[in-house]
Amino acid sequence: MIKEFRLPDLGEGLTESEILSWKVDVGDTVSLNQVIAEVETAKAVVELPSPYAGVIKELHEQPGSVVEVGKPIVSFEVPDDAGTAPSDPAGTLTAEPGQRGAETQKREPNLVGYGAVVEGSGRPARRPRNFTAPVVGAVKTEPVKIEPLKTEPVKTAPVQTGPSVVEPAETRPADTATAERPRSTPPVRKLARDLGVDLARVPGTGPGGLITREDVRGFAGHNEEAVPPLAEPVALSGSRLGERETRTPIKGVRKYTAAAMVQSAFTAPHATEFLTVDVTPSLELLARLKNSREFAGFKLTPLTLAAKAVLVALRRNQALNSHWDEERQEIVTYNYVNLGIAAATPRGLTVPNIKDADTMQLPQLAQALTALAETARAGKTTPAELSGGTISITNIGVFGIDAGTPILNPGEAAILGLGAVRTLPWEYRGEVALRQVITLSLSFDHRLVDGEQGSRFLADVGTILAEPGMVLTMV
Amino acid sequence: MSTDETGHGGAITPDNAGESTASGQELLQLITPEGERISHPEFDFWVKDITDEQLCSLFEDMTVIRRIDVEATALQRQGELALWPPLLGQEASQIGSGRAMRADDFVFSSYRENGVAYCRGVDLTDLLRVWRGNASGGWDPYSINMATPQIIIGAQTLHATGYAMGIQNDGADAVAVTYFGDGATSEGDVNEAMVFAASFQAPVVFFCTNNHWAISEPVRLQSHIHLAERATGFGIPSLRVDGNDVLAVMAGTRLALDRARRGGGPTFIEAVTYRMGPHTTADDPTRYRDANELEDWAAKDPISRLASLLDRKGLLTAELQEQVRRKADSVAAEMRRGCTTMPDPQPMDVFKHVYSAPNSWLERQQDHYARYLASFGDPAGAVSEEGAR
Repeated sequence: MIKEFRLPDLGEGLTESEILSWKVDVGDTVSLNQVIAEVETAKAVVELPSPYAGVIKELHEQPGSVVEVGKPIVSFEVPDDAGTAPSDPAGTLTAEPGQRGAETQKREPNLVGYGAVVEGSGRPARRPRNFTAPVVGAVKTEPVKIEPLKTEPVKTAPVQTGPSVVEPAETRPADTATAERPRSTPPVRKLARDLGVDLARVPGTGPGGLITREDVRGFAGHNEEAVPPLAEPVALSGSRLGERETRTPIKGVRKYTAAAMVQSAFTAPHATEFLTVDVTPSLELLARLKNSREFAGFKLTPLTLAAKAVLVALRRNQALNSHWDEERQEIVTYNYVNLGIAAATPRGLTVPNIKDADTMQLPQLAQALTALAETARAGKTTPAELSGGTISITNIGVFGIDAGTPILNPGEAAILGLGAVRTLPWEYRGEVALRQVITLSLSFDHRLVDGEQGSRFLADVGTILAEPGMVLTMV
Repeated sequence: MSTDETGHGGAITPDNAGESTASGQELLQLITPEGERISHPEFDFWVKDITDEQLCSLFEDMTVIRRIDVEATALQRQGELALWPPLLGQEASQIGSGRAMRADDFVFSSYRENGVAYCRGVDLTDLLRVWRGNASGGWDPYSINMATPQIIIGAQTLHATGYAMGIQNDGADAVAVTYFGDGATSEGDVNEAMVFAASFQAPVVFFCTNNHWAISEPVRLQSHIHLAERATGFGIPSLRVDGNDVLAVMAGTRLALDRARRGGGPTFIEAVTYRMGPHTTADDPTRYRDANELEDWAAKDPISRLASLLDRKGLLTAELQEQVRRKADSVAAEMRRGCTTMPDPQPMDVFKHVYSAPNSWLERQQDHYARYLASFGDPAGAVSEEGAR
């Protein structure tokens, strides 16, 4: 009788695991609870004990493959006389194989209930695993012992250590896209910090490029010799302590931002326009909305209305929502809007976007903006959220700034800078009154957008914010 | 079950009982890590009735609960349990204390005291019910005088103190024993429980299993003094015992139980042990702790220690080992069978345990729900309604 073993949820709410290695081969006879595979989840490397006593019939997955919870990974040939199988002394499993299988299939992978199916890109970025040739059973990585599955408890064997025979082989491209901090262990990071060594500059000699204690010491020692001690700083009039300049390696988000800005600034000819408008009516509208039942619980800000205004104005000015395809010599006009919002995060500037923002009602848009900001601040923005934007807004007003010349998010035709809301003396019904005023800064790609189209768009956005009722004339 | 009633022993109290010298820094140890029985002027008294036969029985219980633990971990890896909190390394703490208790004492434990539950005589299938997601509670607490495991960290200490105050009102000489970890001592509930226990001099034993790790938080970050010393601030006498020494744990627990029975109020026991496995099957301790630490503690393994003592005494025969192995295997097989054949809960089961007695309001809801289920043309609803009554 053939028994399939489906990958279980190995730790509260996981959806997938990676097969690291098989400890058995097709044709092997295994006993109950014998370790048959080593599997890595997002939480831990664990050993899989065999649920049956029998013969391995088929291994459905190769080492290195990422398997969804609930997918069969191995089949066993289990003796029909269930009495001999210690796993199944009552014979109940074999009695109703169909029902049992159906039950397993029916059961959702998440026993605990959270951890819905996530996009592939949503899983934690993990280092690529290195493998020797995928000879089943021959892979000799060092298993991390989670719990000794020993049935003989009297003697506890010492933790086995041995040189692992991993060698760099396949590197999955998906993983390389994610910049990671240099690979080391916490004590080594501490040592590096103590010695003032930047781990990014230390070549690792350990398994898989791991930076070892010796590497750090060696690097520190090497540097001491190579770099002559700093000359005594010239005494200055003030009391300046430490070095006169700080050199920081260009990496991570900074490096990416720089490359994107250079590409954008020197590919797309930028033009910027400014418009200052009286947004008092918009702020009054916001206040009314906040008190309305429909918007109770939603976070409403001038940004929310500005985003909506941009989406409305784009319908009449589609050129602003387009892309210059240099390679194919085509202009791509988007019939959807993925609205990017520039966000200052602990890691630097990112521009996550709200997909299909043009289809959203105001409450959903408000919700999406709040979620986007929270995700970005927590540093949990996924690559998918960062790509595919069609137009962007940068809210420089939160820093108290009025206007600027924003640089386009690469590939996009326009970016709107939102200034701070200021109380200023302003012309109002023929007199001077104190009004709430904001300056809008619009940069656009002059290859795609002429002054006329850019101006019309900016004027539309300004009109909506100055007099929200004018939306009626635009939709 | 092999739980014996050794708690009944020790009716005579030594003159110096209650003036515990094993407080503060001193760590009570009766068996060295090498398996040598060392004598202690005060605490030898509390285990003087432990015969060779009982030593072997302690060895068996510790081996069996380790086997239960390994089997349950395997069941989790095989998708039969959602989660399991392993107790590997803490066998002496659980068996030493679990077997010191009387049947009428009452245990309020955390989720890791599966070895204590074994001592109380829990049905092995019941032990897994919650972890399989088949029930909200595994067993009737009064059937074995042990509350179902508390998941909220430290909350059970309040339940134990309340129960102990009830014992006082009954004028009985039973004791409430509560188990919690090192991390729990930083929780408000535990501190409140100690305030009440001290104020009312309630017959409760605070058994703190200091396994050194509150998930990934090491105990040294939580307290700069021994956890046992925290109790002193509440006016609760405390002692530190070697949690990997089954006799030391038993002696300390018996002293505390005796004090409580005689109206001496609460005692705080810090059992110094080590969680050799992960926090739960969803945890990977290699991410936060040093492998050297694990090696150090493996050298103090509670079961090997007792095995060495038995060996020195010439008791560790092949026959004993075979007998213990057979027992462990049969217990594991029984538990596996109970787990994989456990019937899934039925929709109508939700009405079973809300009230102790039937009432018309609930019956009306039950009737509505049964008819709702029946509207799907599924006779199962009607059938399990029968079962629910």
